[in-house]
Amino acid sequence: MRRLIVIRLAAAALLAASATAALAATADDFKAALAKAEAASKAAAALKNQWTTTADALKAAQTAAAAGKFDEAVKDAQRAEALANASIAQAKEQAATWQQAVIH
Amino acid sequence: MASTIRVRAVAGSDNTEVQALVQHPMDSGFIKDAKGDLIPPHYIEVIEFQHAGKAVFTAYWGPAVSKDPYIKFSFKGGKTGDDLNISWVDNKGQSDSLVGKIQ
Amino acid sequence: MTAKHRTAAINGTVFFAIAVAAIGAQAARAANTVDPQADFKAFRAYFTKRFPKVPLSDFVNGPYSMDAGLRKQWIEIDAFPPYQFALDKGKQMFETPFPNGKTYADCFANKGIGIRQNYPLFDTKSGEVITLDVALNQCRQQNGQPPLDYTKDDMAALTAYMAYTSRGKPFDIKIPDDPRARAAYQKGEEYFFSRRGQLNFSCASCHVQSAGQHIRTEVLAPALGLVAALPIYRSEWGGMGTTSRRLTSCNSQVRAVPLKPEDEQYRDVEYYLSYMSNGLPISGPGARP
Repeated sequence: MRRLIVIRLAAAALLAASATAALAATADDFKAALAKAEAASKAAAALKNQWTTTADALKAAQTAAAAGKFDEAVKDAQRAEALANASIAQAKEQAATWQQAVIH
Repeated sequence: MASTIRVRAVAGSDNTEVQALVQHPMDSGFIKDAKGDLIPPHYIEVIEFQHAGKAVFTAYWGPAVSKDPYIKFSFKGGKTGDDLNISWVDNKGQSDSLVGKIQ
Repeated sequence: MTAKHRTAAINGTVFFAIAVAAIGAQAARAANTVDPQADFKAFRAYFTKRFPKVPLSDFVNGPYSMDAGLRKQWIEIDAFPPYQFALDKGKQMFETPFPNGKTYADCFANKGIGIRQNYPLFDTKSGEVITLDVALNQCRQQNGQPPLDYTKDDMAALTAYMAYTSRGKPFDIKIPDDPRARAAYQKGEEYFFSRRGQLNFSCASCHVQSAGQHIRTEVLAPALGLVAALPIYRSEWGGMGTTSRRLTSCNSQVRAVPLKPEDEQYRDVEYYLSYMSNGLPISGPGARP
């Protein structure tokens, strides 16, 4: 009975491991995520509204990728893309609403 | 070359009030430059104010004192026209001195 | 329709109406022509009303006009100002001729003495705002000299001396009758009131909304008279700083990537703030915590 449980547990562990391995990010995944992040960052810079944290996240992504840590690199790239998009939204929103803040 | 020491000493009825500004980088040795290298320590170790041959104020500075230190103190005695001798020595052995006049 | 539904319907209609009205008002304001004089009056009134005990000319002393304890320390420091070394260096730089024999005095009205209060000015030839720092580098360029770094000590020393020769003189910023000048002014106003950086602060967040209040240990200076004391010796920096140094560091402090020193947007906001301080006396070079 115990042997059966152990075998079942071992099989489950193997399945889990292979499943995780299938979900792990590859260098190509990183390249795609980085491209999206850099495009967003470029758009933010064109609006003269880049955040320092966007730049930091991009750098972190590059550092992680260089060390082969693609899971981390993809996460950082996605974070950079999100930050860049937020800064673009901020610039657009502010362009439309800054007048309300002016002292009249 | 211009002195690193600026001093203003004003004699009162009993005391003389002294203010001084000393030009010195006062590098602690803990700060890094733009390249990431440590800026070597360079700070005044001792500064002394003398009046009538006697030390009226001695300070043992060091890396905790910031750049271009300002000092203010008063001492008993001193009258208008008297000399006030100021000198400092730093950890690199550099020094400067100035003879100021009490106003 | 039930009572709940009716209330919801009414609320919805009211909300919609208000939203439409708000958008309408916004559009109307945006379509208005730029009126610097009206802005000036409103700006002045806001600060004098909010800080009735502060004499008008005292606003140029920034945090010291807002906090008595800080003011006492400043008066003591000012008896032996930390910018003294920069001032002496600036005077020497100003009086030293270029290799071609000309001096800075040859580039400016009144030999460059007592003119700081006229800057920034709008140059109708180039269609741009020219700050004093930019004018100094233009002078250097005209005389075959490399430009000075806008954030560093040499530029700060030079402008410290020029500010010192203008001490007490009231700001006299002109907006010529030129649509480009009015546009530059308005762009400066937009920059000042727009939120930026991940921390989502505008210049106004600190210098209007929170003027006189604390940010960590610092007391925030009011926007009125904000640029009158530049360049400043800042204890935090352990050295001098120009307008460029202040603007770029403000940007990074709210996690916005700074623009290049003397970028058009920086010059426009300095133009705007200086105009808002018209009539207030130059107090530079200044000392700040």
